[in-house]
Amino acid sequence: MEKSIAELRETFKNGGTKSISWRKSQLKALLQLINQNEDSIFKALDQDLGKSPVESYRDEVGVLKKSVTYTLSCLEKWVAPKKAEVPLLFFPAKAEVMPQPLGVVLIFSSWNFPFTLALDPLIGAISAGNTVLLKPSDLAPACMSFLVETIPKYLDNKAIKVVAGGADIGERLLQLKWDKIFFTGSPRVGRLVMAAAAKHLTPVTLELGGKCPAIVDTLSTTPSKAKVTAKRIVGGKWGPCNGQACIAIDYLLVEEKLASTLIELLKKTIKRFYGENIKSLKSISRIVNEHQFQRLVNLLKDPNVADSIVYGGSVDEEKLVIEPTILLDPPLDSEIMSEEIFGPLLPIITLKNIEESINFINSKSNPLVIYAFTEDETFKKRILSETSSGTVTFNDSMVQFLCDSLPFGGVGQSGFGRYHGKYSFDTFSHEKSILHRGFYPEIEPRYPPWTDFKLLFIKLAYEFDYFGLILLLLGFKSS
Amino acid sequence: MLMENKAENKAVFDAESANEVVKELRDSFVTGKTKSYRWRVTQLKAMLKMLDENEPQIVAALRDDLSKPEFESSLYEIQMVNNSCRLALKEMNHWMMPEKAKTSLTTFPSSAEIVSEPLGVVLVISAWNYPFLVSLDPVVGAISAGNAIVLKPSEMAPASSSLLAKLVADYLDSSCIKVVEGAIPETSALLEQKWDKILYTGNGRVARIVMAAAAKHLTPVVLELGGKSPVIVVSDINLKVATRRIIAGKWGCNNGQACVSPDYIITTKDYATKLVDSFKCELERFYGKDPLESKDLSRIVNSNHFDRLSKLMDEEKVSSKIVHGGQRNEKNLQIAPTILLDVPVNSLIMKEEIFGPLLPIITVDKVEQSFDLIHSSGGKPLAAYLFTNNKKLKRKFVETVSAGGLVVNDTAVHLAIHSLPFGGVGESGMGSYHGKFSFDAFSHKKAVLYRGFAGDAFLRYPPYTPGKLTLLQALLSGSIVGIIRALLGWFWA
Repeated sequence: MEKSIAELRETFKNGGTKSISWRKSQLKALLQLINQNEDSIFKALDQDLGKSPVESYRDEVGVLKKSVTYTLSCLEKWVAPKKAEVPLLFFPAKAEVMPQPLGVVLIFSSWNFPFTLALDPLIGAISAGNTVLLKPSDLAPACMSFLVETIPKYLDNKAIKVVAGGADIGERLLQLKWDKIFFTGSPRVGRLVMAAAAKHLTPVTLELGGKCPAIVDTLSTTPSKAKVTAKRIVGGKWGPCNGQACIAIDYLLVEEKLASTLIELLKKTIKRFYGENIKSLKSISRIVNEHQFQRLVNLLKDPNVADSIVYGGSVDEEKLVIEPTILLDPPLDSEIMSEEIFGPLLPIITLKNIEESINFINSKSNPLVIYAFTEDETFKKRILSETSSGTVTFNDSMVQFLCDSLPFGGVGQSGFGRYHGKYSFDTFSHEKSILHRGFYPEIEPRYPPWTDFKLLFIKLAYEFDYFGLILLLLGFKSS
Repeated sequence: MLMENKAENKAVFDAESANEVVKELRDSFVTGKTKSYRWRVTQLKAMLKMLDENEPQIVAALRDDLSKPEFESSLYEIQMVNNSCRLALKEMNHWMMPEKAKTSLTTFPSSAEIVSEPLGVVLVISAWNYPFLVSLDPVVGAISAGNAIVLKPSEMAPASSSLLAKLVADYLDSSCIKVVEGAIPETSALLEQKWDKILYTGNGRVARIVMAAAAKHLTPVVLELGGKSPVIVVSDINLKVATRRIIAGKWGCNNGQACVSPDYIITTKDYATKLVDSFKCELERFYGKDPLESKDLSRIVNSNHFDRLSKLMDEEKVSSKIVHGGQRNEKNLQIAPTILLDVPVNSLIMKEEIFGPLLPIITVDKVEQSFDLIHSSGGKPLAAYLFTNNKKLKRKFVETVSAGGLVVNDTAVHLAIHSLPFGGVGESGMGSYHGKFSFDAFSHKKAVLYRGFAGDAFLRYPPYTPGKLTLLQALLSGSIVGIIRALLGWFWA
């Protein structure tokens, strides 16, 4: 493994990844990889997570194609140095900021979107001119094997490598020196990654999670809007990998008096989307493995929590399936309300007044996304200014992920750093400042021995008080 | 609890005290006080007043701590912070405005923006060499972004540290901005707390400790460190001007004790003598025949660093390479501008960041070899400098040398240009600040997407069918033709 990394470093040192043509060729090859292997990708996702092709296309294949295409069309623009303004004092001078690759980067991806979370950062790293080691999650083994076998067939082996393995491989990788580490996963492991990075002063981007709330305030508008709200909530909870997503809706906040309306709408929508009961469930992913299954089942073990189930609750251990489950007002100190759920259980918390949702959200750590279904412009403004999250999405769920012009990342416990679109390029680049100066004219007062006159001159110069300077030079100001 | 230490009559600042400070600031932050534009403006104006009314005291403290000449104190410590405040006051309104983001056909209809919000309660740990500049400049950024702040100045500049504590308490809002003085125990107590951001200026060893402590709370950090900033001098230049500019950037900035100080020079063998002679001539013009008598040079900060620098100069095979200077006064902690020619590349003076008034000159046969030398030295420095009129060399320098910032035909001045981000890469640090970059460093850029209820793409939702897949493919590709085709196909199917 150390040999592979040495090769990555050598390739970078020799300038193998610098040229725009290399970067473009790699990105095009990646697009080819995706286009030519769609069926294998669908198969692997079905095997690991029970994802249906539509979900796989919507959340993985389609997202990646879009990302590569966008990057290819913008790359030349991103790579170009940007001019920076220089004050007249320094004339003649030219200032610019030039993006440069960081070097050898390490990408850790997660099991729930095994292709998107591995390849989207990879797109960013390649576009910025780095060499990359990709460590996919072994909890999605079929997808990991696919990446290990297929990437070398399409991409430059000397610059982009994939390593298989579990936590032990991850630990070994963290002992080595990298120029950047990009990590998607849990806050617990995020801490370990950052602590290891600290030893080498390696900058990191941590894409973590949190309890993403959805405030529901549109049920009393029109029936059609209420229906769309319900569809978007259901789509935003069980749609992405059956709730096993960092941006999945974790819990709902709604006014007491509208709770039953909401539950009825959700039930109808769930049945229409996924089926009537656990035996006839379709178009929905399963739980990734036994460990996660048990964790979720345990969340329901608390009798007070179990009592609050108003829909669903059935589990099938053999098939690792838990049906979409709705809970109404489970105890606030229960685990299901303190830990990120990451599964198909949806608590609904009722409030006397929907405005209380702001305080409720603030009592928990900053989530990756806050969803708010409301048409009240004042309330929207309050949510924006009084809560803190990576992103806020009004009147929808999930789609912000598709917006390449919006930075995707967390704040506080949901992480730091960001990517998507140009932000991916930036996150794997160093923005180098460059100043070009001419030899003339010279500002003599810069140089010792220093006198009061020189001091006044420089003060005026630094305040860009050009008029004052002229006065001084003409003898009209005294030092 | 604050324990009374009767012997010193001073309270001990431990983890609990640190916790109390953070709690107080967090309570202030939660009230929304620091978020208001008015509050930020009043604090920045107060800081301007603070600098204006206390210039003599600041100059005196810097003289105590570093024997810093008034010129340097006035310009680099006071004037530069003054400039940052005024820039922030002028531009803050603009910086605080949400930035519109483009949305594509895929999420139509929608609108998007990026909103800047303060991170919360932030910690600024500063260094001893520019005690006012690297304390207050980050604080200006943190204020402009709307945060509550703890400033921990360096104990190695004690007069400056206590003056800062007094002035900040007198002029700024103590319920939101505090100074905590102290050394390792106090810093450790602070680092145990949960911060929303830490900006640290200093060395790589302590930076690792800061980042490891930050990791426990997932706190993002900006680390402004150092490195060996090389200067390549090519023979095609105006030697007098180049020499002066190198002197100004080296000995004119705290006598070489600056993070962007030219650390060593690389030049061609046949130019070295001319270069050394030029230095001798200009150094004498600037500092006189006996530099230890000059009032225009800072002293070495303390005996530890004096000993460290002496060791670098006295190393066997190095001491014989001194071609100018070398005078020392241990009592006054003074070392004169010293130039060394062709020290061994594996000597201590060429391995660690000098941070002092010693300037080694390394010679190479051809100028191009200087690039190899810089690359082989390992770590990426905070700055790198090149003096030449040759366009090709400039291009090669700019494209291949990896450093925080590069300057062609001058040294150190890029710090004064607010449109350039100031920060390192690799061993010289991570993150950046100055100008708007300071505001950004202390902000969270929140992505906001507004959607309407019209245009609900039914094909997002289950039950999933092959027909939906085709439509979805078209929609995600964003191509109008593709979408129309797919829709027509759907209707015909």
